[in-house]
Amino acid sequence: MSRIGVFVCHCGTNIAGTVDVARVAAEMAKQPGVVYSTDYKYMCSEPGQSMVKEKIEEYDLDRIVICSCTPRMHEATFRKMLKDTRVDPYMLEIANLREQCAWVHQDRERATEKAIDLARMAVAKVGRDKPLTTSTIPIHKRALVIGGGIAGIQAALDIADCGYEVDLLEREPSIGGHMVMLDKTFPTLDCSACISTPKMVEAGAHPNIRLKTYCELEHISGYVGNFEVTIRQKARYVNHDICTGCGLCETKCPTKVASEFNQGIGVRSAIYKPFAQAVPAKPVIDAEHCRKLQSGKCGVCAAVCPLKAINFEDQETTFTETYGAIVVSTGYQLIEWQKLYPEYGAGRYPDVISGLQFERLVNASGPTEGHITRPSDGTVPKDIVIVKCVGSRDPKKGKPYCSRACCMYAAKHAHQLLEKIPGCNVYIFYMDVRTPGKGYEEFYDRTRKDGAAYIRGRVSKIYQEGRRLVCKGEDTLLGKPVAVEADMVILETAMVPTDGIEEIVHKLGISMDADGWVQEAHPKLRPVETQTAGVFLAGTCQGPKDIPDTVAQASAAAVKVAALFSRDEMETSPMISHVNQSKCCGCGHCVACCPYKAISLEEIDDRYDGKRVKRMAAQVNSGLCQGCGCCTAACRTGAIDLHGFTNDQILREVDALCQ
Amino acid sequence: MTQYSYFPGCSMSSTGLTYKLSIDYVCGKIGLSLHEIPGWNCCGATCAHSKSRLTALALTARNLALAEREGLHLDVAVACASCYSRMKHTVYEARRDETVRRQLEDIIEMPYRAEADVLSFLDIFAQPEVMRACKEKMYRCLKGLRVACYYGCLTARPVEVTEASSTEEPMEMDRIVELTGATAVDWAFKTECCGASHQVDAPKQARPLLDRIYQNAVANGAQAIVTACPLCNLNLDMREAEREAAAGRKWGLPVYQFTQLLALCMGASAKEAGLPKHYYPALGLMEQYLKKEV
Repeated sequence: MSRIGVFVCHCGTNIAGTVDVARVAAEMAKQPGVVYSTDYKYMCSEPGQSMVKEKIEEYDLDRIVICSCTPRMHEATFRKMLKDTRVDPYMLEIANLREQCAWVHQDRERATEKAIDLARMAVAKVGRDKPLTTSTIPIHKRALVIGGGIAGIQAALDIADCGYEVDLLEREPSIGGHMVMLDKTFPTLDCSACISTPKMVEAGAHPNIRLKTYCELEHISGYVGNFEVTIRQKARYVNHDICTGCGLCETKCPTKVASEFNQGIGVRSAIYKPFAQAVPAKPVIDAEHCRKLQSGKCGVCAAVCPLKAINFEDQETTFTETYGAIVVSTGYQLIEWQKLYPEYGAGRYPDVISGLQFERLVNASGPTEGHITRPSDGTVPKDIVIVKCVGSRDPKKGKPYCSRACCMYAAKHAHQLLEKIPGCNVYIFYMDVRTPGKGYEEFYDRTRKDGAAYIRGRVSKIYQEGRRLVCKGEDTLLGKPVAVEADMVILETAMVPTDGIEEIVHKLGISMDADGWVQEAHPKLRPVETQTAGVFLAGTCQGPKDIPDTVAQASAAAVKVAALFSRDEMETSPMISHVNQSKCCGCGHCVACCPYKAISLEEIDDRYDGKRVKRMAAQVNSGLCQGCGCCTAACRTGAIDLHGFTNDQILREVDALCQ
Repeated sequence: MTQYSYFPGCSMSSTGLTYKLSIDYVCGKIGLSLHEIPGWNCCGATCAHSKSRLTALALTARNLALAEREGLHLDVAVACASCYSRMKHTVYEARRDETVRRQLEDIIEMPYRAEADVLSFLDIFAQPEVMRACKEKMYRCLKGLRVACYYGCLTARPVEVTEASSTEEPMEMDRIVELTGATAVDWAFKTECCGASHQVDAPKQARPLLDRIYQNAVANGAQAIVTACPLCNLNLDMREAEREAAAGRKWGLPVYQFTQLLALCMGASAKEAGLPKHYYPALGLMEQYLKKEV
């Protein structure tokens, strides 16, 4: 006969305010198998835990029910507490009387009845709990960071500084991401390249970091501590072992194409480094635009290369590595406003540019050497309109969310315009001005004092008349339509997840939200973790954020990786599926429905009609199984069961509920 | 050539006479027959739907049901952009929601299956075979003439109802007009509002809307505005002289229906094309540019 102890927590007034906790405890005392039942103000507190331990001794309890908050909050706390007692940590059930009862009801009487039901279910279930033993898996102490923007660089550096090896994967020819494209950062107006390129160089030179630039993620299998990752190295056509990055080839290449780094303003050659401070500082050949690779004629770069580093025969290669942890830092891109905003000209007007294009225009190493001129005719604009929330906070056209950085970004642009073009007029169309950050409001205030005219309202149409652009909109504070003539219009466009994120998310077995941002494990308490153990998040792949937040999150992710790597092996949760192979019919439904690819079919020996036969049966990889229970629902013969959530236990809960 | 059921609407025998004359002429030339819906009623225009959604839908549903009753199984051609918009709304709502369709049948006491599509004359003339037929009948051209094609707002919006190719940059009329050899200029006010009936009830607010249209057409080098709606045409044509006086500048933009240009190139006389019916002098520009195709 089991000896159950029930402990009902008040959680201050969180539970006790709505539920009659004393009555719950009294009712539980009457349940079969319960030898002790009580209530207490804070069960998770030190005295609360001590009381549970004492009562275990006093009443010789062998299993425990705690009626408190969600198990996501304190199940781990109480398991840890039980480790010092005679009770197995898995002979514990939590009845969630807070989130699933007290917080969502008002009627005290009915809430108490529901609480009694919930507690009774937990008592019924705990009666069938069995001691479970954890196993351990070894941890491969090398991390993979996917995406070499500031988030990936920071995470890689922090992990590497802890003494662990890191591979930094980047699909572009250079690491650096968006930050290195920016001219200045708000609110301190630090030169963005000046503060990010030293980090790039550091990452490139760090003994624990291997750069995997111009690489794509091909395939991922395995589990925390032991991810098998296949990476595809795209053909560079330049032998980076020989190349010194002298740049002669770039100057002689006859083909010029629009520069991605300069956002289409300005050109680059077909053999190129994306920008001067690129890391690695060696070029690649863009095969699509290379004359030699397309038509066989040219080869100037090979002719001028003093070290014969050009190799037109180069092929892409794939290689497989084992990693213990993965950090996803794939970043963002800007929304394709040209497709969504025909009323802004859909890209037909050369002087309507995005904020990122403006960054390149105003940057001293940009295509205009920092002179703000109109892309159409090279003249200096006198009247400039900045439009905020292009694609953000606009569920009908773009995205419902706020892109968070644009308000400050717009203020910075206004500041730069007013500083670099004396006497210019800057008009900013806005919906709200959001400046939550250290020194942000002060910066915005300063921009207004500098003379930026903020107009509250949206722009309905931008059109060209002669050499000028006209922005029609509404001033909602005046309640009047307005039209502002401008020489240049800057659209502060929404951040959206980067191209290809769905594929990466799918390969990693993690999830995305409705807008395509990677889903964190818990929005408050596990912001850098994912639902897949060993996969962490850094930067804007998780949602729009500015540089300080990105860097902070990257360091947080690095700490998570370091914590994982600080042990040689890790405990796995014993609450996973197991197969009774004698009952398994080998139908494979469980294989198809397992979201973690943890189940496979294996050939087993069996006896049938007095003869030895071979047949297929399911088996569970304990390292991969996350204990979700999909397979147990799908299993036709009831051969799969989940430790800690057996079919028997769930039926007992249902019986208890239906009493 | 194809045939259509035809809803002329109230303007075609009055303010939209130039449209009617030229449509009749061009359709006669290319053999496109229009079967006027017998016993049609008002489309409800702006008034009905501002008072009651169902009344507005029922008014046009009756017209569409009458067309169905003819048993010709033809799509419905509509001249006026406002009639077009109202009818598109009815078809859209009736197809989307079976309950609405039944409600409408109850109100009009007639079966209405919402089978026929509603087409504007722009939709009809933009079809490749109709464009080819027009081109075959043209022996004069307007080479050198630069026009601004003005589509108005109701043929474009709301896009889920009109299924317009573009709400900002439609090209159908541009392509049709270029059959005449004229150049359709790239300009920014193709689908801006002309003020519609507010030119009558709220002139103070509505008149400046016209000014922007003239202004942008001239700024982009147009010598004339071409429309596809009796009301847009009327607003722009009738009030241009008044707006020129108010603004103290001359835009000098005659306002034609696109079918007038087609008719003239097919050999219509000025009178047959309705040129003397214009408020703003429209004859001179045609005399200057219309010539035998070489």
